[in-house]
Amino acid sequence: MKVAAALSGGVDSAVAAARLVKAGHEVTAIHMALQRTPALRRQGSRGCCSLEDASDARQAAQKLGLDFYVWDLSDTFTDLVVRDFIDSYGAGLTPNPCIRCNEFVKFRVLLERAEALGFDAVATGHYARLEPDDAGGAGLRRAVDLAKDQSYVLAASGRAALARCLFPLGDAPSKAAVRQEAAELGLGVARKRDSYDICFIPDGDTRGYLREQLGERPGPIVDGAGTQVGEHLGAYQFTVGQRKGLSLSRPAADGRPRYVTRVDTATNVVQVGPVEALDAPQFGTLAVNWLESDFQAEVDQLADVTASDATGGAADSAADGAAGGVPVAVQVRAHSKALTAQVTNSGDGFAVQLGEPLRGLAPGQSAVFYRGDLAVAQAVVAPFEGAGSRSAKLNPGA
Amino acid sequence: MKTDIYLDYAASAPIRAAALEAYVSAPVAANPSSVHRPGRQAAAQLDQARIDLAQTVGAEPGDVVFTSGGTEADALAVTGLFAARQTAAARPYLLVGATEHVAVLENADRLPGAEVIRIPVDRNGFVDTAFVAEHLAERAQQTALISVMAANNETGAIQDLDRITQLAAAAGVPVHSDWVAAAGKLSLNFAASGLAAVSLSAHKVGGPGGVGALLVRRGTALEPRQAGGGQEGGLRSGTQDPRGAAGFAAALVEAAAEDTAGLETLLGPLDALAAAHPAIRVLTPPAHLPGLRSLLVDQVRGESLVFLLDSMGIACSAGSACHAGVVGPSHVLEAMGLDRAAASAALRVSIGHATTAADVEALVKALPEAITRAQRVAQTEGGRP
Repeated sequence: MKVAAALSGGVDSAVAAARLVKAGHEVTAIHMALQRTPALRRQGSRGCCSLEDASDARQAAQKLGLDFYVWDLSDTFTDLVVRDFIDSYGAGLTPNPCIRCNEFVKFRVLLERAEALGFDAVATGHYARLEPDDAGGAGLRRAVDLAKDQSYVLAASGRAALARCLFPLGDAPSKAAVRQEAAELGLGVARKRDSYDICFIPDGDTRGYLREQLGERPGPIVDGAGTQVGEHLGAYQFTVGQRKGLSLSRPAADGRPRYVTRVDTATNVVQVGPVEALDAPQFGTLAVNWLESDFQAEVDQLADVTASDATGGAADSAADGAAGGVPVAVQVRAHSKALTAQVTNSGDGFAVQLGEPLRGLAPGQSAVFYRGDLAVAQAVVAPFEGAGSRSAKLNPGA
Repeated sequence: MKTDIYLDYAASAPIRAAALEAYVSAPVAANPSSVHRPGRQAAAQLDQARIDLAQTVGAEPGDVVFTSGGTEADALAVTGLFAARQTAAARPYLLVGATEHVAVLENADRLPGAEVIRIPVDRNGFVDTAFVAEHLAERAQQTALISVMAANNETGAIQDLDRITQLAAAAGVPVHSDWVAAAGKLSLNFAASGLAAVSLSAHKVGGPGGVGALLVRRGTALEPRQAGGGQEGGLRSGTQDPRGAAGFAAALVEAAAEDTAGLETLLGPLDALAAAHPAIRVLTPPAHLPGLRSLLVDQVRGESLVFLLDSMGIACSAGSACHAGVVGPSHVLEAMGLDRAAASAALRVSIGHATTAADVEALVKALPEAITRAQRVAQTEGGRP
């Protein structure tokens, strides 16, 4: 197969490319240039990671004997990832830019360009397993190494795009083994440290970055009763579940730590409360990205049953309906554990009833639904009122 | 296995046998500033290189300041001339062609206290000499220097340097010119040029990398950029590289002796294709460097074309090579009035001393298919929000 291997400059994608070469594929290395804003370029000349990454990628390609190209996808990245990140925070949501980047940059623009240029597939160093079907789709399973599993950030890309991808590290036993493999191949990146930060905020100061982009918008921090307990410089800087950086002027009556329980960018109010207030027993989602037709059939079938049972009252309580939903596990963050849940169709998305409360659920997060290690659906957590409170009202599709 | 056909001489020319020979045949490696015999031998090699190089471009040996390359030469000229011109009277204005190499533009932009004015170019890339005349008529006294290249590295457009130097001489303003792209291709004479300083680079003429020179006319005030031993006439510090200088001189001597009209003949089949192909527009104007063509191809990104041609074993470039392998829109083409999309769609073909008719034929054969496929890529991406 003619494969375009995306080389980030890290160890994973380099080993992934090496595995493809070993498997006999015709591999070309592609490094995506994603950041070309003047600020980042100036930082680059001061020794920023991004130019160094390009150079690391080139050296890895050279070592593996691969043709190497840099594709400039910075316009796409800026429009669809960076802009969306800023806008989402501005709207009080908690976006995951890595998921956006996978969905819109790697497994859309990169993939389409690669196909137009004659490649059969795009490969990356993600840890996940694919199961191609005969109909031009592919199922997504967790990686063998559950500690490194990245199926969560890939699910939004969808079956059709995933069918044209290769993830050679899906069956790697561990990151240590991958590093060992890199060392044996003589790759200079074998000992390069992992990157965790958002790549376009190299100093890791997300709030500072947002403040720069969105400006200061001072407003009140209130407790559950509506009493002002502090001030903030912009509600958009906060995310539900956040504890640090609140600088509250009035201590809680019981002296316990308080967390952000609600962010309302429209009124510019940040609400705080005790940790229990973060426990969401249920939530709604936006449109569902179905990954497994069996699962979809099950949920749809249940909806048909519910619709025929209910006589006009189905819409009044999606949350109640979820109680008898289809059993599944749900994960809402890249490295959190999946919780048991039951889902039903509700408007455009899911109504999700959790087996145990989910702490710190935030609108805008991606929820990925699993059956065992198979990802069966993905959907974005819908905005909701009084996030985390027991009286939460679902507002799916809003 | 692919055959590599190299058609990117304007990025870097393959090293000439004569240059390589001169480089490796140095008697001994020593510091040309050392007082011992090996040092003197190194100094002698450096002196000879200086003499040969000067003679080739109509300069005095004493005019030659060896540098690490064209960029350093441009930087030394722009910053050094500017600083030397800030005497009793402030002279903030610095006129630079809008299509100058970034080594000139970026160094000019960084000068504290400078008012950089980019001289507009027409659609063919020729600087507006009337603009220069108007500026000098009003602000000659406040103008530190003018920098205009002999010929552009992306399009090959040859500037009317004589007109610029005439205007500048009448106004008493020194002129620097980047000859990096033009050297070895045009018949150039520093003494007759009226220029204060000229930048040269070895690897563009088939010499070794990492060597260049700034020609500085005797009597021209120029401040050095970096402090140190002042090895190059007090204007440039750092131990010289006699081998590199010898390779540079050998390459330039050979290049200057070549019949460059032959390069134009070699490109005949490409010109014929460009004339016949509906999607190709030639950006290179009639007054251009021999052996260089900038082609604008409808509905493609230059990046795709370069990729596809490379996969067929043909090395060309999209505009000028840059930054970590990223091909951006060309500031040269934007200055010529092309929009961002068009300025990202150019393909530069540049040939030189080792190019054969078969090389150009291979390109002419491969290009139509590459264009069709690149257009398909662009269509795939065109429908995106």
